[in-house]
Amino acid sequence: MLGLNRKDTAILLVVAALAIFAPIILNLFPARSELAFFNAGYPDLMQRFVIFGIFAIGFNILFGLTGYLSFGHAAFLGVGSYAAVWMFKLLNYNVVPAILLSIVVAGLFSVVIGWISLRRSGIYFSILTLAFAEMSYRLAYSVLTPLTNGETGLQVYTDDPQVLMQAGGHIVPHLFGLEMRAREVIDVGPWQFVFPVGYYLCAILMLVSFYISIRIFRSPFGLMLRAIKSNQTRMTYTGLNPKPYTLAAFVISGMYAGLAGGLLASMDPLAGAERMQWTASGEVVIMTILGGAGTLIGPILGAGTIKYLENVFSKMNEGLLHKWFAFLPDWVESPVIWVVSKFTGEGWHLMLGGLFMLVIIALPGGLVEGGQRIMRLFGRKPKAETRTSTEPAE
Amino acid sequence: MDAIILQILNGLDKGSAYALIALGLTLIFGTLGVVNFAHGALFMIGAFCAVTLSKLFNLSFETLDPTKKDFLGNPLKVKTPYVQEWFGPDVGAWLIDWSVPLAILFSIPIMVAIGFVMERGLIKHFYKRPHADQILVTFGLAIVLQEIIKSNFGANPVPTPAPEVFRGSFDFGVLLGFDPNVIIYPYWRMVYFAFAAVIIGGVFAFLQFTTFGMVVRAGMADRATVGLLGINIDKRFTIMFGLAAAVAGLAGVMYAPINSPNYHMGMDFLVLSFVVVVVGGMGSLPGAVAAGFLLGILESFASMNEVKSVIPGIDQIIIYLVAIVILLARPRGLMGRKGVMED
Amino acid sequence: MGILEVKNVNKRFGGLKALSEVNLSIAENSVHAIIGPNGAGKSTLLNVLVGKLIPDTGSVLFDGQSVLGRTPYEINQMGISRVFQTPEIFGDLSVMENMMIACFAKRDGAFTMQAIGSMMKERDIVEKAEQMLDSMNLADKRGMHSASMSRGDKRRLEIAMCLAQEPRLLLLDEPTAGMARADTNNTIDLLKKIKQDRDITIAIIEHDMHVVFSLAERITVLAQGTPLVEDTPENIKGHPKVREAYLGETQVAA
Repeated sequence: MLGLNRKDTAILLVVAALAIFAPIILNLFPARSELAFFNAGYPDLMQRFVIFGIFAIGFNILFGLTGYLSFGHAAFLGVGSYAAVWMFKLLNYNVVPAILLSIVVAGLFSVVIGWISLRRSGIYFSILTLAFAEMSYRLAYSVLTPLTNGETGLQVYTDDPQVLMQAGGHIVPHLFGLEMRAREVIDVGPWQFVFPVGYYLCAILMLVSFYISIRIFRSPFGLMLRAIKSNQTRMTYTGLNPKPYTLAAFVISGMYAGLAGGLLASMDPLAGAERMQWTASGEVVIMTILGGAGTLIGPILGAGTIKYLENVFSKMNEGLLHKWFAFLPDWVESPVIWVVSKFTGEGWHLMLGGLFMLVIIALPGGLVEGGQRIMRLFGRKPKAETRTSTEPAE
Repeated sequence: MDAIILQILNGLDKGSAYALIALGLTLIFGTLGVVNFAHGALFMIGAFCAVTLSKLFNLSFETLDPTKKDFLGNPLKVKTPYVQEWFGPDVGAWLIDWSVPLAILFSIPIMVAIGFVMERGLIKHFYKRPHADQILVTFGLAIVLQEIIKSNFGANPVPTPAPEVFRGSFDFGVLLGFDPNVIIYPYWRMVYFAFAAVIIGGVFAFLQFTTFGMVVRAGMADRATVGLLGINIDKRFTIMFGLAAAVAGLAGVMYAPINSPNYHMGMDFLVLSFVVVVVGGMGSLPGAVAAGFLLGILESFASMNEVKSVIPGIDQIIIYLVAIVILLARPRGLMGRKGVMED
Repeated sequence: MGILEVKNVNKRFGGLKALSEVNLSIAENSVHAIIGPNGAGKSTLLNVLVGKLIPDTGSVLFDGQSVLGRTPYEINQMGISRVFQTPEIFGDLSVMENMMIACFAKRDGAFTMQAIGSMMKERDIVEKAEQMLDSMNLADKRGMHSASMSRGDKRRLEIAMCLAQEPRLLLLDEPTAGMARADTNNTIDLLKKIKQDRDITIAIIEHDMHVVFSLAERITVLAQGTPLVEDTPENIKGHPKVREAYLGETQVAA
């Protein structure tokens, strides 16, 4: 289907089904029940799942295929957000020009940064991208304040030109009149499912991004990117120039980041420099590796897992822990809660760092590799993709 | 002229911190071949050693003083630090006042132990893994360490003052024949610079004049050959890791009065120290030190109003800009050796 | 006029003169061996030919065009392929993928952006890759992770990748280094067959006299960075200068 072989089509369909039914899957528990805590489905969060999914899919095209570890990809996300908000300020709240511009601007930005950074490889490349991102972050807070509105963050004000705005036009982001924050709420018995418009726009774009990434993975271009990661010496002595291939991968992943940034701004028309900080770049690295760098589905899994855990763990407070561990005798309960509380609520990042270390140490292939190991354990041929599939397409 | 001298002085203390961290990073990198993203966290832990000791010395018990009354007419509660109770008021007060310099002694065993545990428990297993994996696992470790500190000390900076006698400023201008109050420089920053100079000198002397240091330098130049000579290089490298951790920790301890320690100071300094290492040349110890001071001073020049009015925002980005130019023009950095990390 | 003409090439590294006044002409469709003791400058010469090193003076012409100042991939696209001492292959990829990369490089040049079409739908590439694997007896290993193959298989894959590019000049850098005698003989037979089947010039840098005398039509002896003698194998064997400079050190197995 769509020029994919059977296995890739299956993966795409599974992801599509997950995306379409996410409002239900992520809210498995009745709204008023105790377990509703594990629901993750309030609309903002679902949007973040797919937006960061897009970000990680793009990052994976660079890091997963070529092995070039960029520590500055958040800069492109931030630039995308700023571009989108500027479109809201100058034209009107329609998200189409905003998203298009955010992709274009992030693309141009990544051509410049990539062209310079890719003159070096390995650790030097990582540090160069890190330096560029930190530079952008600091500039956004200082000199570029007229463009970025500094610490306040860029937002739309009533005296902005908005030249395409008609009288009585929408005053929130919309897609040709369909407001992003509009939602359909369906109650089924004690369950409550929310279907937001904004989420579905993001989900569709995520599926398109994912589809493009599958095509890239299976294309001659994708093969060349994997060749770069494997052996650059053999590549040059096979008459291939690795530079333009790597730059193309860098720019593509920069555009994915720009799209993600544009969508973040479209869901909530506000852009701040903190999106460009290097911790944000680190986050997308973590997502990609946790899921499985170099695999198709890995980045989506990683982004989803991290955003879900972040939501659940940072919601846990001491009161809740007391309720959960009430069955324990007091002298056990206190230390248990003390330990657990270090990892929850405010301590979520401790959990994240630990989880990340664990993955790097024990499971460098991420969740995908973990899944394959479990499959093998049960004596079945792993159904998940392998990195080097050479079976002809049907 | 006075402004230039002032900026050079201002650059020295930050430059000292960069140089000390970069020195440790280079030692680890040169000996073990590992890019340590958790090195900034070691600097931060050092600073929190100072915080911890200062807190320990300030631990107090309350007594009621019946001779005095508070404003409600109840006997006044008086807090007495334990150290004053145990060692007498004068010694106790001195201990509290001097907690930051004393933390040097307190931090060395802690930092060396942390270094050993890190190397034996984690880094050791990553020698044969790709550099990307090393970066990533130490990055994870850095997050963990900083979050542990955050959950124990909170997210806000903890002011940790220097001893009373160093709190003033010294008027350098008068010494050089300028008007008073033109070039004034805090005493503690002078102490910090001198301290950094001593540490750097010590590390270099250690590497230059001891047999141990000689083997380590040989190992940095050519690990395989030294290994073939039957010298157990790994054990020495573990000790070097402990040493690098101690250097970073000491840099942090003494930095606490200059900038109140917070949990993310390590990351802030790490990014800059990496840039310093790259500018100095990966694997070159003198390069790391020279680049540390150079960039510290450049940064302070860039923050002069005269410069900022010509190129706005330059103070924020000068270091990165220099790094980018250096990396493109002299890929090996100022003093880098051939063949380091060039795969 | 040979397909490769090296004229007056000098190269020094600091105080060391690695190549001095090297003149060499390799005739089209010949098998030309370059031999010499360690440190004679064989590797330096090879690196000059493929563009990894730029000589201080002199010229290198391939088919009448200068290769100096060109990057290794440009020189490769001109028609010079190189086989390394330790096989350089794409270890993370499958054997078939290795082969296909070489085929794409031949068909599409140094850079082409084909990011959407499936690589397995490039019929001509797939067919050519499979054909090459067949002819090298690697067909049954097509799906294998290439890093996990034996050294001999890796060597054959590397040669196959070079041949897929249909080079006019194949440079081999000690292709049998570290091989057992049986593997060495297989490699010799393979190279003989390659030479028989197509119009190709082969230049071998080799230590093993057995390989050299089994394959070469002409031999250049390099000593201390400069060519000592160039002649046919028969004449080289008896040449007093060569004996003195080189063969005296090793047992001639022929």
